[in-house]
Amino acid sequence: MALIEVENLSVQYGTKGQLVRAVEGVSLRVDARESYGLVGESGSGKSTILRAICGLAPVTAGQIRIGGQPVPTPRGRAFSRRVQMVFQDPYASLHPRHTLDRTLSEPLAIHGIGGSDARVVKALEDVGLPANFRFRYPHQLSGGQRQRVAIARALMLEPEILLLDEPTSALDASVQAETLNLLNRLREERGLTFLMVSHDLAVIDHMCDRVLVMQHGRAVEELTRDQLAGAKMTTDYARTLFDASADRMLEA
Amino acid sequence: MTLLSVKDLRVTFDTEAGRVEAVRGVSFSLGRERLGIVGESGSGKTMTGRSVLRLIRPPGRIEATEMVFDGTDLLRASEREMRALRGQRIAMVMQDPKYSLNPVMKVGAQLTEGLRQRDGMSARAARLKAIEALEAVQIRGPERVMEAYPHELSGGMGQRVMIAMMLIPNPDLLIADEPTSALDVTVQAEVLSILDGLVRDRGMGLIFISHDLRLVGRFCDRVLVMYKGRVVEELEAKNLMQAEHPYTRGLLNCLPRIGGSRAPLPGLDRAAEWAE
Repeated sequence: MALIEVENLSVQYGTKGQLVRAVEGVSLRVDARESYGLVGESGSGKSTILRAICGLAPVTAGQIRIGGQPVPTPRGRAFSRRVQMVFQDPYASLHPRHTLDRTLSEPLAIHGIGGSDARVVKALEDVGLPANFRFRYPHQLSGGQRQRVAIARALMLEPEILLLDEPTSALDASVQAETLNLLNRLREERGLTFLMVSHDLAVIDHMCDRVLVMQHGRAVEELTRDQLAGAKMTTDYARTLFDASADRMLEA
Repeated sequence: MTLLSVKDLRVTFDTEAGRVEAVRGVSFSLGRERLGIVGESGSGKTMTGRSVLRLIRPPGRIEATEMVFDGTDLLRASEREMRALRGQRIAMVMQDPKYSLNPVMKVGAQLTEGLRQRDGMSARAARLKAIEALEAVQIRGPERVMEAYPHELSGGMGQRVMIAMMLIPNPDLLIADEPTSALDVTVQAEVLSILDGLVRDRGMGLIFISHDLRLVGRFCDRVLVMYKGRVVEELEAKNLMQAEHPYTRGLLNCLPRIGGSRAPLPGLDRAAEWAE
């Protein structure tokens, strides 16, 4: 049985009297300890799927199941113990007037988990930040350091599933490498399941076992890592995306 | 022909915590070609670009032994002369359309403002010229975009609007500061081909600032690699893969590639002696 099952998911909402079909009938299954990627351009609905899983976007049709159970609405505490999300922009996703200590200990307080002192110190250490960063504010950190804090925050409740929404696209190439390495290490150590969104096929290829290519809110094609590396896609759109990325690869 | 020549450029900030040298002795010259400047955050690449337009606010100071654009000494030019250069002859495209467009002004008003104020064009003529510029950057339905506010545009559209705005006065030199970092790969390719066409057709010089070494290598003629305010290596883009400096190699290797190994990506060695 797959850990995450999304079946015929549709998300629609109205803005300015227009109906926007952000996601239309997308299905996917992610096994436990698997890393699954969603790739596509802006507006293809890939982030919306993650938001729908978390209850941040309205599900108009279809079903989302975690571990075989349909997710409740509102999602509730049991859900957030299992599933956590890391957002794209570390400048926007951390509270600017909370110290890292407060940001990291808040989930513990909400869930009534004790020993927050030691846990916060441990969390900083796990993501490779010095312990004396604990009482800093987000504006005192670089972009890469903030994204580490966002990852640490997501891991405070020791979830099984991390939803990663473009976790490195706001970062420099070298800092991206460090962050991807960190994510891979944490997945290895904790047996996490990743559902990761990116517009960069090379990043998805590095991180994920399978990838779903999306366009205009629909699923275009699912590829395994070998199919992707061997350029064995069958749809034109997946090929276009591949070519645009492969274009950038100067061969050594 | 040399369009811009910079020798021993230094940018220093006197702060409470002491002197910070953002750029330390950068020299380069540029003809009608595409020059890439690559480095991490904080390497001084943006400051180098901004110095050319003298857009560094106090306490920042710009010093150089020479900084000449097409016969004009940029170090000694008056503010008035600089204003005549900025936009008209040297244009700059900023990184993020979210922060660089005026959020409470319609795109059309922003595009025509310069034409109306500076060139004294009629509203009608300015509008036609703005629509033409939007078409040049391949925006479909330019009339609709003219009436839109920046928040109603996607990142790629916003970026194209900024490029269109910079191209209206037909500058000789375009400084593009991470013009594609906020964009998707497919849109990125489009924006690059637009820039490429403009450099070719209008004979513009281009300074392309980015942290993505492979992208720059594919797109530019020549590449400067910066580290902590200094140029550590300068090379022809086609020889990028033969780069010798370990820092350049590090920048090349830290990007994942399709079909590459799953081993941890090599981190960047930031040796202090390269900054000396």
